[in-house]
Amino acid sequence: MRSAVSQSEDDFSGVVHVYKPFRAGLPHLGPYFREAWRRRAFASEASRAKLRSTQSDTVLGQLWNVLNPLLLAAVYFLLVTILSSRAASDPNYFSHLLCGLFAFFFIANSMTGGAKSVVKAGKMITNTAFPRMLLPLSEVRTALRKFLPTLLVLLVALVIGPVKLNVIDLVAIPWFIFLLAFATGMALLLATCQVYFRDTSNFLPYVNRIWLYASPVLWYSEQLPDRLRALEIFNPLFSILGGWSRIIIDHELPLMSETLLAAAWSFGVLILGAFVFMSRERDFAVRL
Amino acid sequence: MQSVSNPPSISVRDVSITYRTTFEKRPTLKSAVMRAGRGERLIREIEAVKNVSFDVHAGSVLGIVGSNGAGKSTIVRAIAGILPPSSGEIQVRGRVSTLLALGVGFDANLSGHENVILGGLAAGYSRAEIESKFEEISDWTELGDFLEMPMRAYSSGMYSRLAFAVAIHMEPDILLVDEALSAGDARFKKKATEKMMSLVREARTMVFVSHALATLQEMCTEAIWLDKGRLMERGTPAEVVKAYSKFVDTPPSAATLEDV
Repeated sequence: MRSAVSQSEDDFSGVVHVYKPFRAGLPHLGPYFREAWRRRAFASEASRAKLRSTQSDTVLGQLWNVLNPLLLAAVYFLLVTILSSRAASDPNYFSHLLCGLFAFFFIANSMTGGAKSVVKAGKMITNTAFPRMLLPLSEVRTALRKFLPTLLVLLVALVIGPVKLNVIDLVAIPWFIFLLAFATGMALLLATCQVYFRDTSNFLPYVNRIWLYASPVLWYSEQLPDRLRALEIFNPLFSILGGWSRIIIDHELPLMSETLLAAAWSFGVLILGAFVFMSRERDFAVRL
Repeated sequence: MQSVSNPPSISVRDVSITYRTTFEKRPTLKSAVMRAGRGERLIREIEAVKNVSFDVHAGSVLGIVGSNGAGKSTIVRAIAGILPPSSGEIQVRGRVSTLLALGVGFDANLSGHENVILGGLAAGYSRAEIESKFEEISDWTELGDFLEMPMRAYSSGMYSRLAFAVAIHMEPDILLVDEALSAGDARFKKKATEKMMSLVREARTMVFVSHALATLQEMCTEAIWLDKGRLMERGTPAEVVKAYSKFVDTPPSAATLEDV
């Protein structure tokens, strides 16, 4: 009679679950992350299915994922060239624009995807107990998958363009960890926010647009007027994207202050996002 | 049937569940700001379950009856680990499979097949386990080609057939079902009931929330009646249904015995 229960005792979910009072605060981090890691296939499969359903896995779909940011880059290039003569005189400008814009879109896509991730999965959250963090993480993966083909375009631009490749570019690989950490942290924060305020995702396009203009994507971080210098530490993307472009376009090692600031912002936001999300996620089932 | 020496599959000890939620259909920052301006709050504290204790032993089927808002769904969600108890403790032994929301699916734009895989992965099954069960699930649902079509093309009956098939074919030790059969047709209900009974014969444990008192009496080995979060009665299904019917002052009739 008991075979059904005892047989799976050695199995992962054959264990005894004890549910105790739990209000705010973090769950036990060890079991939480172990469980999230064990179910990581869910996050990757959800992301894969999403890419499939938006045709992003087809050749033309991939092409569109590249073409869309590329066309936007062309639009901004035109705009900036008309508005300011300085950018036009700089042969590296278009490469800088591609480099910053693609990275910015990765972060922006993680934010918009992450914001909707929990609310969208409403029925599943009321039916199944699983680490909810997998939902926004899956969206970050989707954004990353859309970012990778644009990196190829950037590579081509660097090979045939005026900037050229350089050994310093390899520093971009560890620097990318800052982008990833920041994007993940923002996705977690916004996913939580959206549960309590469903209009969060309505504000996002405007926030992202303003953020783009306020970050060194359309302009170089050195171009910031002195009277605004004091404010640069308040924009995380200033150091994160500023350093990104400095490495890839200027072939310079990032400044010490820039590195420390980027590290503080990206991991600060990641830890804050994870803390906010994990301490609120048990509440999601009654809020959806 | 119940051996006292074995610990119960589910043990609910003095559990209370209170949660705060909003009554707004779609809470927004805009409305929050406007309400703050008027000094009103729409957040309510809901005492859904109050000091409830019961055990469910392996191989038994517990039916839960009660009026709307009695805390039935809340207690089942707590057993599933979705809602934490505010006080008390719940112990669950074994792998749990749940069917707690109508029209369970991850994304209606994805096919039934994709949703089955995603639901299974989220519930902690491996891809190989799900794939090995998929044929069985697909046969049981008789959905055929529909499984490869986006779920938004499904009727509500098809939705519930698929959700039920997934929950029941994953070989759970404990199956939690909340009002899941009401959307299906008569044939599906019969088939679902038979499948559930076969699970019970394999000594799996089941908790079953339903307003269909006849089905409940037929399927359950024991029952509890909740009212406004309190445990009113516990006993054989016949006793509990009788007490509950008397309380709501509706003699068992065709309308209460079958879900409409």
